[in-house]
Amino acid sequence: MSLLWLRFALACYFIGLVYAFVALTRTSDLFSRIALHAASLGMVFHFVSITELFLSGQIVWASVHNGESLLAFLSMTFFMIIYTIYKTTSPGVVVFPVVFFLTFVAALDQQPVLLTQFVSHKGWLIAHIMLIFTGYAALLVSFGASLLYLLQERRLKAKKPTSLIAFLPALEVIDQIGYRSLLLGFPFMTLGLITGSVVAITAPTIGRVDFLDPKILLSVLMWAVYMLMVFTRWNSGWRGRRAAFLATFAFVAALAAWAANYFSAIHRFAAS
Amino acid sequence: MRYQLIGVNHKSAPLEVRERLAIPESRLPDTCRDLTAYPGIEEGMVISTCNRVEIVTHTTNGHADLRGFLHDHFKIDPDDLDPHLYEFREKDAVRHLFRVAASLDSMVVGEAQILGQVKEAYATARAVGAVRGQLDQLFSRAFAVAKRVRSETAVGSSSVSIASVAVELAKKIFGTLEGKTVFIVGAGKMSELAARHLMAHGCASIFVANRTYERAIGLAQKFDGQAIKFEDLYTTCDRADIVITSTGAPHAIFRREHGEQFLSRRKNRPMFFIDIAVPRDVSQDMAKLDGIFAYDIDDLQQAVTSHVADRRKEAELAEAIITSEVEKFEARAQTLDVVPTIVSLQDHLETIRQAEIDRVRGRMGLLTPEQEMAIEALTRGIINKVMHTPITTLKTAAKESEATTVVDVVRRLFNLQVKGKSAERPTPNKDEVGSRQ
Repeated sequence: MSLLWLRFALACYFIGLVYAFVALTRTSDLFSRIALHAASLGMVFHFVSITELFLSGQIVWASVHNGESLLAFLSMTFFMIIYTIYKTTSPGVVVFPVVFFLTFVAALDQQPVLLTQFVSHKGWLIAHIMLIFTGYAALLVSFGASLLYLLQERRLKAKKPTSLIAFLPALEVIDQIGYRSLLLGFPFMTLGLITGSVVAITAPTIGRVDFLDPKILLSVLMWAVYMLMVFTRWNSGWRGRRAAFLATFAFVAALAAWAANYFSAIHRFAAS
Repeated sequence: MRYQLIGVNHKSAPLEVRERLAIPESRLPDTCRDLTAYPGIEEGMVISTCNRVEIVTHTTNGHADLRGFLHDHFKIDPDDLDPHLYEFREKDAVRHLFRVAASLDSMVVGEAQILGQVKEAYATARAVGAVRGQLDQLFSRAFAVAKRVRSETAVGSSSVSIASVAVELAKKIFGTLEGKTVFIVGAGKMSELAARHLMAHGCASIFVANRTYERAIGLAQKFDGQAIKFEDLYTTCDRADIVITSTGAPHAIFRREHGEQFLSRRKNRPMFFIDIAVPRDVSQDMAKLDGIFAYDIDDLQQAVTSHVADRRKEAELAEAIITSEVEKFEARAQTLDVVPTIVSLQDHLETIRQAEIDRVRGRMGLLTPEQEMAIEALTRGIINKVMHTPITTLKTAAKESEATTVVDVVRRLFNLQVKGKSAERPTPNKDEVGSRQ
């Protein structure tokens, strides 16, 4: 059943995906309203799907697909929060395609839950997953904002007033969205890593923790880049091109850390 | 639809001609009164702005001598005036007025001022009784059309002056201008204007630097701002978010190294340079820095032009709206045109019927109520049967272009005298009635 609701959500997000492509070429108030409503409806289905999964008593989101579904939902939540504050749907240009992709993969099929060895640490595990994913979602939004910043900066520098300038929010507003998500995401990411470490170290079934495991290395790298971003931004107000490079780097690191799930010994969902 | 319109505008006449026709506001009521007193004019009003002088009238026969009125009233030689005049009648007059009110005929298409000016002119003319039923209908429709054009097209949405383009760009960089600081470098008229626009949109404080310090003080006082000595320019400039620069310096006064200094002191918060100096005050390599947005006079002009081009595109949409509105107005006006004719035709025949019954009743002696009723029903029946086709024809004709002709024929056939909407009851012609016996 949960999968069915997820597929409904996917259908709604598809409209968002189309919007993301159209919005880059032309401005349409009507379409952005439609996309917004579709996204809200999609979130309702998505919420139902996740709740059902939670109530089913499985070890929550401990499968790759369930994790992706949760990440997509949290990213949409971020998008909606931004919309409420800034009244702009433009971050959707980045958020919608990613959300659609994540939901699409998650909606393919139901995977067996693999992290059974952590049953004794259920609470820690839930905290770890929720925190890390909120951090990921914040990072995604921040990454999206820095791309939009770059885009808007280029347009303003090109001095050719186009409709895209009208569609994107003001440069400072985009900057604020990016910076605030970054700041918000950082503590979540940090706490997420800490709770993760707690689970890994104390879980009885796992044995000795290998600190050279790719998952751990990549996670630490991602966190370091994240911290560097916050620091440069706070210290010297890096934005525009340099901030976008950093954000891209952090995003790639995050993707790598995520991909490590497929070959890490301690964080293995897929194989075995 | 006996509307007539005559006038000059910025396209048809040079300023010298428009000046001679311009009517000061205080004299508008008198001009309206003179206009309605002129032969052949039932209602009239005058629109007089710096770009146009137009006279809109509703006439008795559709051929009033409006040129004559202009020559007489303004004591102007026909040879000087006539080549610049345009004159529209009926449908064309309606269309022209709609276009004027919707700001499609303006020098800056889409500017909002003209509608207000037309409304004022209308109110003035109405107050002196120069505008009544016919022009009332025309103008209330014109205002509705203008509103429709404004809400359904973007013809009035983009700003067009250099100062307002600068404000728009600043908003695209900073979002809100609330609390932003402006720095004027080189006190000039244009920078003052731009600064005024920015302050009106919420900028909080202002610095002024000028080679002549006294001039800086003078301008700073106007804005409640702070004058800065020119040698302190580079140490103060980073405090400003928006810099309007227009010095007469032969070389760029803001170079890359200055830009880098500013940005590092501002922790890379962006700066917007409005460079209206020729030659430019901001060097090209400084303009390339991330976080520095420099627009020179050509860039601003280009933005203005592209806005104007956008407006043109929207204006085409607006023209389509005008065309359909003119059609609608015409159809309605024509229906209204035939109504008085139908009413007076009915009145006319009813009078004949009554007169005939009265005449015959004397000869027939006392009638029973049943007989009375039978006669009543019989005569009414005949009249209704006879009337049916002409009325239907009139109503159909109203929807087509031949309305005026048909109405004219019917009036002549039945000797109907209709004035305006209030039809006068024709007095039955004794001989005519008699001959129909």
